[in-house]
Amino acid sequence: MSKIKPSKGAPYARIMGVGGYRPARVVPNEVILEKIDSSDEWIRSRSGIATRHWASPEETVTAMSVEASGKAIAEAGIAPEQIGAVVVSTVSHFKQTPAVATEIADKIGAGKPAAFDISAGCAGFGYGLTLAKGMIVEGSAEYVLVIGVERLSDLTDLEDRATAFLFGDGAGAVVVGPSDVPHIGPTVWGSEGDKSETIKQTVPWNEFHAGDVSNLPLNEAGEIKFPAITQEGQAVFRWAVFEMAKVAQQALDAAGITADDLDVFIPHQANMRIIDSMVKTLKLPEHVTVARDVETTGNTSAASIPLAMERLLATGQAKSGDTALVIGFGAGLVFAATVVTLP
Amino acid sequence: MAFTQEQLVEGLAEIVNEIAGIPVEDVQLDKSFTDDLDVDSLSMVEVVVAAEERFDVKIPDEDVKNLKTVGDAVDYILKHQA
Repeated sequence: MSKIKPSKGAPYARIMGVGGYRPARVVPNEVILEKIDSSDEWIRSRSGIATRHWASPEETVTAMSVEASGKAIAEAGIAPEQIGAVVVSTVSHFKQTPAVATEIADKIGAGKPAAFDISAGCAGFGYGLTLAKGMIVEGSAEYVLVIGVERLSDLTDLEDRATAFLFGDGAGAVVVGPSDVPHIGPTVWGSEGDKSETIKQTVPWNEFHAGDVSNLPLNEAGEIKFPAITQEGQAVFRWAVFEMAKVAQQALDAAGITADDLDVFIPHQANMRIIDSMVKTLKLPEHVTVARDVETTGNTSAASIPLAMERLLATGQAKSGDTALVIGFGAGLVFAATVVTLP
Repeated sequence: MAFTQEQLVEGLAEIVNEIAGIPVEDVQLDKSFTDDLDVDSLSMVEVVVAAEERFDVKIPDEDVKNLKTVGDAVDYILKHQA
């Protein structure tokens, strides 16, 4: 047996830069109301959402990711070629092969980094961040680009009054790099596959060419509907608020801090009601800034946490060096929470 | 310890007051959570979770939709309490 030389990584990791991209088109609730019987007041009271961004055909998953990544890389102060791995979390890139991460890596000028996509729904950013930290500490990459990107408008049933208003498009990216002191805490993550029906795509893609339309959803005109994301609202709400508050607390405990030590709370921007109830359940102190980007960005799944982080920093509501609790949760069901220092 | 119907109505009234700001005296057996008390589907989940804690009972998601009135909730808890 030969002796194998191990890789040598950095002692710890940190987020060095964050960037976001929101599509140019802002969609107010009035547009959503063209296809559902509801009201602006109802949508706002149930979700806190006033507007969301919808991508144009040109604002592809790749294009949005490249924009967000450029900002994150510039803020990190590194050259694109220094990136050793690109991790893209998305559920709305419809060309599954090859992974979109490779195209993004090429377009940002990163050379030949490891590049791959992950599917972890609205917990995708936390999953990607955890992988990045692992790679840096283990030594397989010095800098890792983590991207959360979605075009959920492509997976929205605009005739479903429970979800039509919920989703938005956008991309958020962070550069994770080496650090001499810990700036990313332990991740508390997991999955609950017994609740896989709670949030899901209505039908799998391969049903479309199976020749049997009996299982496919139809609209009022009898035409086959494109797959969309559907959810059991009450069950999701209960799980997100009460179970995820426990996970958030575990992440604080694992990082060795209390809610009093926090400056910022960045939960997945699922719904303002979930955010408000989580804050109440967690008994967060008044001084903690809470991300409420969902109001004008909607629910952008894997992109929501980096987008919210970028906006808090850009608007001065949070500052570099602040201690933030981030928690993502969604389809799977899956979840990931950790404490980070903001870049 | 089993709760009486009266204790359950009183407890639910306090919970609904806390979550939805409805005066406790408005919370009566025949009142519909959504139509009379302005408790929407998401607030209803909060009411249910608070009731579970207070009355030591489990109310699964699939049963929540059947609890239309305060009386439905009281009957459910009376039947399922430990």
